[in-house]
Amino acid sequence: MLFPQLLDKLITETTSLSLPGFSVELCLSATIVAMLMMRLVNLDRFVPASVTAVLGAFAALVFTWLQFRQIGAADAIVSQKIFTGLLIHDTFTVFFRAFLSLFLLLTIALTSLTGIPDNEDGPDFYSLLFGATIGLMIMASANSLLMLFVGVEMASVPSYAMVGFLKGRKPSSEAALKFVVYGAGAAGVMLYGISLIAGVLGTADMSLLAARLGAAAAGGSGGLRDPELRAVSLGILLVMVGLAFKLSLVPFHFWCPDAFEGASAEVAGFLSVASKAGAFGLLVRFALALSGAPGTESLMIAFGVGIGFIACVTTTFGNLAAYTQTNLKRLLAYSTIAHAGYMVMAVSALLVMSNSSKAAAMQIDINRSVEGLLYYLFVYLFMNLGAFAVVAIARNHTFSEEVDSFKGLVSQSPTLCIVMLICMFSLVGMPPFGGFIGKLMIFASAFKAGDIHWFMYVVVAFGALNTVFSLVYYIRVLKTMFMDVRPADARPVPVHLGSLESIYVVALAAFVFLLGVLPQFLSATAGAAAQSLVKY
Amino acid sequence: MNPEFLLTAIIFAPSVGALILALLFDSKNAEAMRLFAFATTAVTFGLTLVLWLGEFQSDAPGMQLEVVKAWIPTWHVYYRLGVDGISMPLVLLTSLISMLSMAASWSITKHIKGYMVLFLLLETGMMGVFLALDFFLFYVFWEVMLLPMYFLIGVWGGPRKEYAAIKFFLYTLAGSVLMLVAMLMFYFNSDVQAEGFNLIKLAEAATRGTLLSPSMQITAFIMLFIGFAIKLPAFPVHTWLPDAHVEAPTPISMILAGVLLKMGGYGIIRIAFPLCPYGAQYLAYSMVAIGVISIIYGAFAALAQTDFKRLVAYSSVSHMGYVLLGLAVWKINEQTGETMNSEYWQMGLNGAMFQMIAHGISSAGMFFMVGVIYDRVHHRDLNKFGGLMGKMPLYGGLSAGLFFAGLGLPGLCGFIGEVFVVLSTWSFNPALAIVAASGVILTAGYILWAMQRVYLGAEYKGPHPEALTPMNMRETAIAGTLLTLAIILGVIPAILFNVMTPSISRMAKAAEAGYQKSAPQLNQDEMQAQR
Repeated sequence: MLFPQLLDKLITETTSLSLPGFSVELCLSATIVAMLMMRLVNLDRFVPASVTAVLGAFAALVFTWLQFRQIGAADAIVSQKIFTGLLIHDTFTVFFRAFLSLFLLLTIALTSLTGIPDNEDGPDFYSLLFGATIGLMIMASANSLLMLFVGVEMASVPSYAMVGFLKGRKPSSEAALKFVVYGAGAAGVMLYGISLIAGVLGTADMSLLAARLGAAAAGGSGGLRDPELRAVSLGILLVMVGLAFKLSLVPFHFWCPDAFEGASAEVAGFLSVASKAGAFGLLVRFALALSGAPGTESLMIAFGVGIGFIACVTTTFGNLAAYTQTNLKRLLAYSTIAHAGYMVMAVSALLVMSNSSKAAAMQIDINRSVEGLLYYLFVYLFMNLGAFAVVAIARNHTFSEEVDSFKGLVSQSPTLCIVMLICMFSLVGMPPFGGFIGKLMIFASAFKAGDIHWFMYVVVAFGALNTVFSLVYYIRVLKTMFMDVRPADARPVPVHLGSLESIYVVALAAFVFLLGVLPQFLSATAGAAAQSLVKY
Repeated sequence: MNPEFLLTAIIFAPSVGALILALLFDSKNAEAMRLFAFATTAVTFGLTLVLWLGEFQSDAPGMQLEVVKAWIPTWHVYYRLGVDGISMPLVLLTSLISMLSMAASWSITKHIKGYMVLFLLLETGMMGVFLALDFFLFYVFWEVMLLPMYFLIGVWGGPRKEYAAIKFFLYTLAGSVLMLVAMLMFYFNSDVQAEGFNLIKLAEAATRGTLLSPSMQITAFIMLFIGFAIKLPAFPVHTWLPDAHVEAPTPISMILAGVLLKMGGYGIIRIAFPLCPYGAQYLAYSMVAIGVISIIYGAFAALAQTDFKRLVAYSSVSHMGYVLLGLAVWKINEQTGETMNSEYWQMGLNGAMFQMIAHGISSAGMFFMVGVIYDRVHHRDLNKFGGLMGKMPLYGGLSAGLFFAGLGLPGLCGFIGEVFVVLSTWSFNPALAIVAASGVILTAGYILWAMQRVYLGAEYKGPHPEALTPMNMRETAIAGTLLTLAIILGVIPAILFNVMTPSISRMAKAAEAGYQKSAPQLNQDEMQAQR
């Protein structure tokens, strides 16, 4: 092919396929540029950055919706590689774009309600927020090991800055520094892992990895004695380190409580939901990219079981460590760790099932493990954001995020307390709230995976046990809010039912409840998103 | 009335009331809220009466008035309700006790609005548990109950309320998590996954012996049993009960003893036995033993109490032991797998069911009577009472009736259940029957001794003697209703037996058939293992 022809093809592909498929990210990028330009000409004095940001996020949501409709049409291509195979545009990607744009919109709404950042810092903060979101979207749509790394870094670097955004607060800077150091280390390790995988298998294209892995396994014993497989396994392990850092899995979780405590509650909410979601999208893609090659079944099942083990340890650690916390954000940080553990159980079940000899027969269950994960993520968005929003709103009145500052809050703002109650019971996994449905879906797929490997029953047992563990610390918070007496010298928190803050948190809680009572719509959408991934 | 509407209304009428109460009522107008909440429970009670007298057919053994609506179709979860002879009496008991304890809730003066809303939500949960025929739905209602109960104990309870509330919550949650895992086992092993949560279809599959292998039945049964035994409560996992009952406010103690404990027994007879007949029979001896231990242990523990309410709480442990005992006296012939003396097992089942209702009435009454005196003198120390019969003769008389009903005096409701259970135990194992029967003596011991210390004696020497005023109309009506029912059930037990027997014998026959289908499977498995 001649160079002009190549160029022509590239141009047509980019303009007709790649750019429309990338429209959401482009829209977010345009918003960043717009916000910065507006500050340059002092326009942000008249139109606050938060308004621009809301408009941008809303536009992104609309674009996602358009993509959704397009991809949902009967004759549409289910999965499309864009940018010469660097990214993949399918229902799964669109699902994550929808998730992240929605979350972005909700976070901006929260920040404008609570007033962090102030008008002066608005453009900076929202640029970072949008930048991180673009990175997360790239993570969820990565089809190349290179984009995997680019996505993780694009999401991480703005996050570091956001954690340290409360300038002049020492804990904030300390948290940001810890986060950066950990993050840089994890990124380096991950890059090394990527180079090992790409080096041995001769490609960075994730859709080819499984076939290459199968070919590499074909010659040798298929186990770890095979030097090629050994190198790849090491690569997988190192990439997992990077992902585990993003997901705050034990033993790469140390940054999480410190970063959450140092950052403002709004940023912590972002880190705990969006950042996890992007990493889960990537983890699922990475896991499936390596699955299904003949000859590597036992190796990949071992990988799945290993992840299941990490999930057990993470959940148990997160829940037990949360017991002694007195700072609510720190407590929620440990709860985030625990919840990452629950969600990783779904990935573990996915890996175990899709690498078994019965994979074709278990297609529906494999689908459901992804569906459960996506459902859980969505519920987690509402319940966790709800909890952080209550913390942020109460902080604006009491200037404290200690659990003790919530003593007897029910007498002053019952709305906040009831929202917190709904969110926390959903976090425990109690019906009729969404957390229960999500948890049940994940446990069900892990239980089903028990047919393949007995360890998955252990995973279910740990999941069930941890549900009981987690009750104790969530309910301690609720006890403080509902049963203790508000000290006379405590600062009042007058948040009335009609105020904007109340409406915001009540809306979040309503979604938590709706997702528990009417799971059908979202579960069908999540199921469709899962369908585009699984390839039997 | 349309059954779909009727059953749904029974479950959700209290929640609708709670919603109206929360949104429309002024929290300063205490009396209006009390009356409205009471009216809601009364309407619910009326609906259950309509169900019983108007729609329910006592002589039909199977499920009646089934309602099926898709809820989560991709997961085969249905909104499936229905009622049979096992659930019908419990539904009535629930609505009755809810109404009476709402009437007893006039003594609550703190945060009335929150209390009423939570109370009504609790009633929705309880009704849902007894009417649900979909395992998923059952589980949802089972858990929905926990949240209001936690707050009802934790906010309105006594001095150690927070400890008691969290203990109650943790125990029940631990049990229900086990139930959740068992639920997944059934779901993934049912031959038609579309019926994976349908309790009726699952039970039919278990009768055919195609649901779970014998060893899995044992595992599933143990998980279910622990979950239900915690609620029942049976001996080693009963420790939440004395704390929760004692710390809870009087109306909530009535609900706890009158209804919540019955959910354990109901779960065993509705889910654990029909779905794992082999596991149930395999563990019959252990269950009988646990039942007998609960009876004796509860009675001895009650003897040792000096707190009046704690005594009544331990008497619940003892009385619910009879329920477990009656359910478990299932004896088979080891060679053929046939059930021996099936009619005795059915008698035990009937006795257990009767005991549940009888205990629901008598223990709610006893807790109420303790509450009445506590509201007046603000202590419950048995050694500081005495002479109440003279000061409050009506109170003393009604209490005596209700305590005798708890004791199991012939002619009152407690007697029938205990006799049936002990008689059927004789066929299972005479020695255990003797031990169980001797529990009656201990029961008589602690109840009579308590009555002697509280009601008899020359004069009241404890604190606040001036507060010993006669019962008011409301209190008299509550106690009178309960005592009347205790007498009616003691004299004409057939009212209940007519409703329960067809469904119970059907359940027993199905379980026996299921056991016979499962037992040879195990022999084959063993032979294969030996090869």
